[in-house]
Amino acid sequence: MSLDLSVPRDLLLALLPELVLTGWALVLLLFVAWRHHTVRDLRIAGWLTLAALLSTAVAVWWLWWNLTQPAGLAGMIALDDFRWVTDWLFIGGAALTTLISFAYLEREQLLAPEYYVLLIFATLGMMLMAAGEDLMVIFLGLELMSVAVYVLAGFDRKSPRSAEAALKYFLLGAFASGFLLYGIALIYGATGTTNLTLIGIQVGLGGTGVMLLAGLALLLVGFAFKVAAVPFHMWAPDVYDGAPTPVTAFMATGVKAAAFAALFRVLTEGFAHAGAWREIVWWLAVVTMVGGNFLALAQRSLKRMLAYSSVAHAGYLLVAVASGKAAGAAAFIVYLVAYTLMSVGAFAVLAAKGRRGESDVLIDDLAGLATRRPWLAFALAVCMLSLLGFPGTAGFIGKWYILIAATGAGQNVLAAILVLASVVSAGYYLPVIMAMYMKPESSDTAHSEVQLGRLGEVAVAAAVAALLVFGVWPNRLLDLAKTAGESVRPPAAAAVPAPTAEPAPR
Amino acid sequence: MYARWVLTALLAWPLVAAAIVLVVPAPRAKYVALVASLVEFGLSIPLWWQFVPAGGMQFLADYAWIAPWGIRYAVGVDGISLFLVLLTTFLMPLSVLGSWSYITKREPGFYALLLVLTTGMIGVFVALDLFLFYVMWEVMLIPMYFIIGVWGGENRLYAAIKFFIYTFFGSLLMLVAILVLYFYVGRATGIYSFSYVHLLANLGNLGTLGWWLFGAFFLAFAIKVPMFPFHTWLPDAHVEAPTAGSVILAGILLKMGTYGFLRFALPFFPTVALSQTVQVVVVTLSLVGILYGGLVAMVQPDFKKLIAYSSVAHLGFVMLGIWALTVQSVQGALLVMINHGISTGALFFLVGMIYERRHSRLIDAYGGIARVVPLFAAILTVVSLSSIGLPGTNGFVGEFLVLVGAFRTYPVATAVATTGVIIAAAYLLWALQRVLFNPLDKHENEKLTDLTPRELAVLIPLLVCIVWIGVYPKPFLTRMEPAARQLIEQVRGK
Repeated sequence: MSLDLSVPRDLLLALLPELVLTGWALVLLLFVAWRHHTVRDLRIAGWLTLAALLSTAVAVWWLWWNLTQPAGLAGMIALDDFRWVTDWLFIGGAALTTLISFAYLEREQLLAPEYYVLLIFATLGMMLMAAGEDLMVIFLGLELMSVAVYVLAGFDRKSPRSAEAALKYFLLGAFASGFLLYGIALIYGATGTTNLTLIGIQVGLGGTGVMLLAGLALLLVGFAFKVAAVPFHMWAPDVYDGAPTPVTAFMATGVKAAAFAALFRVLTEGFAHAGAWREIVWWLAVVTMVGGNFLALAQRSLKRMLAYSSVAHAGYLLVAVASGKAAGAAAFIVYLVAYTLMSVGAFAVLAAKGRRGESDVLIDDLAGLATRRPWLAFALAVCMLSLLGFPGTAGFIGKWYILIAATGAGQNVLAAILVLASVVSAGYYLPVIMAMYMKPESSDTAHSEVQLGRLGEVAVAAAVAALLVFGVWPNRLLDLAKTAGESVRPPAAAAVPAPTAEPAPR
Repeated sequence: MYARWVLTALLAWPLVAAAIVLVVPAPRAKYVALVASLVEFGLSIPLWWQFVPAGGMQFLADYAWIAPWGIRYAVGVDGISLFLVLLTTFLMPLSVLGSWSYITKREPGFYALLLVLTTGMIGVFVALDLFLFYVMWEVMLIPMYFIIGVWGGENRLYAAIKFFIYTFFGSLLMLVAILVLYFYVGRATGIYSFSYVHLLANLGNLGTLGWWLFGAFFLAFAIKVPMFPFHTWLPDAHVEAPTAGSVILAGILLKMGTYGFLRFALPFFPTVALSQTVQVVVVTLSLVGILYGGLVAMVQPDFKKLIAYSSVAHLGFVMLGIWALTVQSVQGALLVMINHGISTGALFFLVGMIYERRHSRLIDAYGGIARVVPLFAAILTVVSLSSIGLPGTNGFVGEFLVLVGAFRTYPVATAVATTGVIIAAAYLLWALQRVLFNPLDKHENEKLTDLTPRELAVLIPLLVCIVWIGVYPKPFLTRMEPAARQLIEQVRGK
């Protein structure tokens, strides 16, 4: 099926998943305006959210299965495998977040089903970011996502920490958006377009002036904020710490994945021929890996440790971006899948452990969890080993793929730094396992209130099972990632005709 | 038929058994584990007869695994790995039986981990695909980490994490080196594969890159052996681990390092390995290991630590034998690897048995107990003598071959190494004297009970091996010789 994006009907069809999700969001919005008082309303909203995500996933699959191709060139929306795969990733992450939110919202008395509406809008923003072939679409998606997540971060209205997190995230996020927008403006000034394909052609023809490079630099700063790369990571630990734990899981996985997907598309399609960013991303990757890992090493609180570790993982992903090429993109997708699964698993257990009014769970508070709750401890142990990149888990396959991409691109030094940083990470992931299995519990009732909820258990079990299956048999995932990675490529200057001239003035 | 599935069965059965151990009622776990490990040993016995000494790699199995990256499940055994596989399956039932009364908490977990560990160790020795090798190399880390960390002594958390991070550090650099090799050979031949045979056949001259890659492999294996400056994890891990953990650590895990040198580091990078600089470094470090390990062992107040440091010395001999690269020295090195597994394993079992009775590992806590526990004393004496290398025991054959073989390549170094044998005699005989023969002056020791039939069942197979290899090592040597010869040709030929 070929879609001509200049025809409204085809454009609507190309946006089908987004439209389905928007429709559901409006339905849900009406529903919560009408009923938002009881636990039952909250549950209904949650189930509706799951239905919304499921039908969106089906819509994505339908478009994918019909092998849609854009007929014209330089549209606003991409129709490639990269978009479909990342869409599924966002939907999956949102679904897992929803599943662990059920019990959490009820326990924390956050009886406001608007939570789910915001979650859906944020997911919608992410999907637009990954689909945008145009800097404006990407920016709109980013804003849609960010605004929803700002509110989500401050969703626990009774908690001052949550409010602080939201405010901090909002202020710094607004700055980042500013940088991004300024960068887009400069790029538009240099090339006369915001379309990635057209920018790519211009850059390929040798048009890399100072203005373009300045725009690119600002763009990188904006994205580095969003993915929490060192030295733009300052907001991450406080925001992750203060936000409700399921929201933290959502931020650490979905938000980060969306920012990375957009960054990847921008750099590959728009700036493949402007080599300047490779050096910058190389250094960003190195300082992020080293900084994130060493800062995580110093943490006592499990949530802050996971926050800093997510900074470190942003560094690993930057290695995949720095390697460029199709292998880099494929590695990047595999890693994002693994990272989403293991992060959601870890945050879910944390959400279960954090009791009312005490969100500071120290790593040592997990002592003896294995004797009381063996399956929960096992799940967290698998997530920790996967985060560490241990063979037999999906985390290892992801890391291995990134290493393949890096060494394949001749980046042996970067690969060596990555593995050395991983060794450091053993210093903070292992103590979690150590506490759970090797230390006695502090009191008989230490773990009596650990509550995950039936659906939360389903989410964690699914995540852990997927981690182990992909760890041993990743073939299907690899094939999928490979086709998706190859679908994002720089425009070949010869194959693409020059942009159509502006209509002649009458 | 047997040849095609045996290695796969050896790898899969312990995992199945581990799952069974976890589901049966806790008090039965150890019986299931014992039966499972005996079945594993039984499965491996025909390897001994079916093995054709001159047949190169045998019992091959090769299936596609992760096709997009050219990763295959490829396993096989040759004269180098055969004995290490058999040593592993031989020591496992003994380890289970040796933990019978030592492990009292969370038994199913312990035995399940022992079985998973078996898979990891055998996997390292039989893997013919570098990805599989790496995975197995890491997989055996986790069970050992838990065995030390959960069932270990007082300082177990420190020892466990130290063990983990040391090994992890070395192995990750090796991982990068494996990937660089993969791309190097892939670009040269157009076939991207992690197959050992493919990589070995197409490496060619690597130039300076070879030095970096050799360095990465060297670090991973040297930490595991452990060679002198990288050995500090070993005393902690050995001392804190429960008896079975110490036995397996000394008996098998340390051999992974030396095996790695024989299988990968030497054949892959012969020019680097035989360069003047590397030879001087390796031989010096081996000598330092032999002498320093022995001297430090002499002053240890803790019997288990003494044995731990004696391992550093024994592995020094192995490294010397490997690097001397003569047929005798390589055979000797292989034999010392096996002997060390048997003798040091037996020593750790004996220390564990006396510790269960007296709850002290300190040499000073004993004295004159030969009068109270004569059977224990007799066996400890025989095992110590074999560890020293008394003629007629296995220790003599191995070390003698290493020294004879190495003398041709490194006469001076070999002369120095010979003093290591004397030091070994000094620390072990002195320790024996203080434990067994001095006056019986501590009344806690007067009521010690002698070995039980179960404990004898653990020790007698080991004693049989000590005498067998000591008196008639020919079956071992004939099976090793073609592999040793082939290795030397491979390395010297390039």
